[in-house]
Amino acid sequence: MALEPCAEDSVKSLNNELPVLKERGQREVFCGLTGIVWLHRKMQDAFFLVVGSRTCAHLLQSAAGVMIFAEPRFGTAILGERDLAGLADANEELDRVVDQLLSRRPDISTLFLVGSCPSEVIKLDLAKAAERLNQRFFPGVRVLNYSGSGIETTFTQGEDACLNSMVPGLPGGDQPELMVVGSLADIVEDQFRRLFDRLGIGPVHFLPPRRASHLPPVGKGTRLLVAQPFLSETVRSLLQRGATLLPSPYPLGIGGTTAWFQTAAEAWGISQRHFTETITPVVERAKVGLEPYAQILRGRKLFMFPDSQLEIPLARFLATECGMELVEVGTPYIDRLLLGQEINLLPGGTRLAEGQDVEKQLDRCRAARPDITVCGLGLANPLEAEGMTTKWSIELVFSAIHGYDQVADLAELFTRPLERRSRLTV
Amino acid sequence: MELTLWTYEGPPHVGAMRIATAMEGVHYVLHAPQGDTYADLLFTMIERRDRRPPVTYTTFQARDLGGDTANLVKTAVKDAYERFQPQVMLVGESCTAELIQDQPGSLAKGMNLPVPVVSLELPAYSKKENWGASETLYHLVRTLLLPLVPKPGTPPRSRDQQPKANILGPTALGFRCRDDLREVVKLLGEIGVGVNVIAPLGATPADLQRIPEADFNICLYPEIALTTCTWLSRNFGQPTVRTVPIGVGATRDFIAEVGRVAEIDVSGALARSYTEALGLWNINQITSPNPAQASRLPWYSRSVDSTYLTGKRVFIFGDATHALAAARIATQELGFTLVGLGTYSREFAKEVREAAKAHGLEALITDDYLAVEAKVAAAAPELVLGTQMERHIAKRLGIPCAVISAPIHVQDVPARYSPQMGWEGANVIFDSWVHPLMMGLEEHLIGMFREDFEFHEGHMSHLHTASPPDSPPVPQAMPAPGIAWSAEGEAELKKIPFFVRGKVRRNTEKFASDRGITLITLETLYEAKAQIGK
Repeated sequence: MALEPCAEDSVKSLNNELPVLKERGQREVFCGLTGIVWLHRKMQDAFFLVVGSRTCAHLLQSAAGVMIFAEPRFGTAILGERDLAGLADANEELDRVVDQLLSRRPDISTLFLVGSCPSEVIKLDLAKAAERLNQRFFPGVRVLNYSGSGIETTFTQGEDACLNSMVPGLPGGDQPELMVVGSLADIVEDQFRRLFDRLGIGPVHFLPPRRASHLPPVGKGTRLLVAQPFLSETVRSLLQRGATLLPSPYPLGIGGTTAWFQTAAEAWGISQRHFTETITPVVERAKVGLEPYAQILRGRKLFMFPDSQLEIPLARFLATECGMELVEVGTPYIDRLLLGQEINLLPGGTRLAEGQDVEKQLDRCRAARPDITVCGLGLANPLEAEGMTTKWSIELVFSAIHGYDQVADLAELFTRPLERRSRLTV
Repeated sequence: MELTLWTYEGPPHVGAMRIATAMEGVHYVLHAPQGDTYADLLFTMIERRDRRPPVTYTTFQARDLGGDTANLVKTAVKDAYERFQPQVMLVGESCTAELIQDQPGSLAKGMNLPVPVVSLELPAYSKKENWGASETLYHLVRTLLLPLVPKPGTPPRSRDQQPKANILGPTALGFRCRDDLREVVKLLGEIGVGVNVIAPLGATPADLQRIPEADFNICLYPEIALTTCTWLSRNFGQPTVRTVPIGVGATRDFIAEVGRVAEIDVSGALARSYTEALGLWNINQITSPNPAQASRLPWYSRSVDSTYLTGKRVFIFGDATHALAAARIATQELGFTLVGLGTYSREFAKEVREAAKAHGLEALITDDYLAVEAKVAAAAPELVLGTQMERHIAKRLGIPCAVISAPIHVQDVPARYSPQMGWEGANVIFDSWVHPLMMGLEEHLIGMFREDFEFHEGHMSHLHTASPPDSPPVPQAMPAPGIAWSAEGEAELKKIPFFVRGKVRRNTEKFASDRGITLITLETLYEAKAQIGK
């Protein structure tokens, strides 16, 4: 998997020659292992076993932060000197660790073996290992594998790699069905399901499912509605299984959510009248909720550091619905298949930055003096200390922000740092 | 390959970051893949640092691997030097870079930078964080001081009027280092010892070069500074003060050891540590600008309200320095009974084993969180003193807990002054260990009035918190097979206060099983009570 799936394409052709600043330097972003922190919560019968180093274990623990209160459904098989020197057979060692794990956790139905930088560099074949383990444990436990290594994946690409590993195991089915791709908060999923029902769209399946053992079907009749903009590989694999993509902006903000449902409604041949009647009350409610926050954000300058791949849709929402001025929108990589629609909705002249050279980007940010800087936790406090107002981006990944009824919550996340600043007198 | 859920220590390069971040004028170039930058947030979030750690990462990717990752290192070193203008560059690699063998240290040394370059080779697959910190400090000091080592036969440095000490060991992300330092500087001031250099916290490379100007070194955190102190002692003839002043007894020992090493009279300070421990309500002392040169712990511990602390069963786990100190304070200064002692610092396993043996225990030397949890559950202590991991273990088991050692979380970096060392440190320890325990009087009341309907079954002190609902079941000692309780035995057991009931049940079952008794009657229960005691 490449970090820049469209590196060979000419991104310049997008949105009336929107300038894209491509940078290569120090990237202050998480690796794909971090996705485990929300994926293990989403699929409660799954366990994620990273095959990696002490650094990987330390990263997961640090990223999971205050969530440490129970025995987690993720762990690390830490490679030692003996494994690297070939003194121990890595496959035998892995089998031993998996035995130990599964005997502790008989409630696990899906085990993800997750590759890391060191396991990729030493070319430990986790696909083979998964195949071998499946011969022993399937159907009690299904063993899948993917790589969350930092040399191949950035932050949310870990979810892409994880979901992609589930695609070959999905049952076939040629019935017309809608598959929503990308992990959403359970409450959002329920809202979406109700709205699809009212619109008359269905049956609807979600990937990932709430239980990793309840796999949705895929086939010629499957139409894909993508909920997260970072699922390049998963979408391409689903297309290969015969599914059709419904290209759409993402359900972030009122406009994005309406466009998203509209795309599905058109594919299902729902009348415009029925569509409008169904969504109007929900849209009106969302508008009422959003307005007070939009008032606070209007005219403020926004600078986004690359982090979760959500930057472009979020920037579109903040510019078009909250009236913010976009100084720079940084994103780890641009996949035209999944972001073309969103980029076309950005205001002309928006500075997009792909990749990162963190020191240079910090220089630009300081020079621009934005009203809000969206960045990771490694940068937030240092920038606050320089007098900048920041919004830490990882909260955008861990919070329920999709759909109509979360629009106000989403805007509020950006107003909170401003509100806090205005309250404090010290 | 080793299965790990939570780790006590990060990889060794995080130890190196703790040194670099603690210092001024040092920059660390780390050959590492994208993602390893997560380590920055340990410092900016847990310690709420207002600056990024002085670390540049090469963040190489898969597509770089076939090409020129070595060139990536050189570019990163060059850019970092130009931008940050450090006085010393540290250059090293994380676990993945170690596998691709670019030798970043040698590459950087070959670039002829106008500042010293310290190459850090920290084997990531066999060593851990504290070792990495210790090695980094050692290599920094050695690189800067090697040219200054006196030739054999050079007469020893003449002493100044006032003895001077270096304080070595406090780092970023240590446990209460910031506040400990202030206490130690105060202690030294009381006995007329000057401070020459404090390192690594706040030190510049130029400061490190002044280390030989002191008469001796204080090894404040042996996990970090012992290797360096040993080298300084060998090459510069500086003796090392090894006592770590955590607790009243250890603080007195520390003063005495400094007195011996500095050849000064400290009897006045030692005497004051006894006399000034009383007179807590003396208005002159309260309003004096000079704080009392003694701790309140001895008197608070003697005060009769502390009687209930007697024999409280305590389980201690942490880094070696803090675990050893806690064992001494718990047993000698608070009157607890030690039921478990352990450390994840394998480098100091010997000392911890000896201390445990003195209490009739076998030390737990492990970095396996699950092994610690099992031991805590089996020992059924009334108080756990540990790291943030033990806080979670204790929470799940419903046992009070206080944090005494790194690894820490954000709540272990409090805004208030809360040292562990010196007189004030002993005060802080008294409060923070006693507070989580059910208050003595409250415990007595629940015991005395347990027949009262208001003290319903399972009544808990307000200080207790229940386990979160979605925790997996807590591991319990399995009931001895083949043993049953009679109805009257079971009924009598219910009359025992809930907070000791589990222990009585286990003791009685063990008593029965040791004697081949299969049915526990009322008589068995009291037989066991008589023979085993509380």
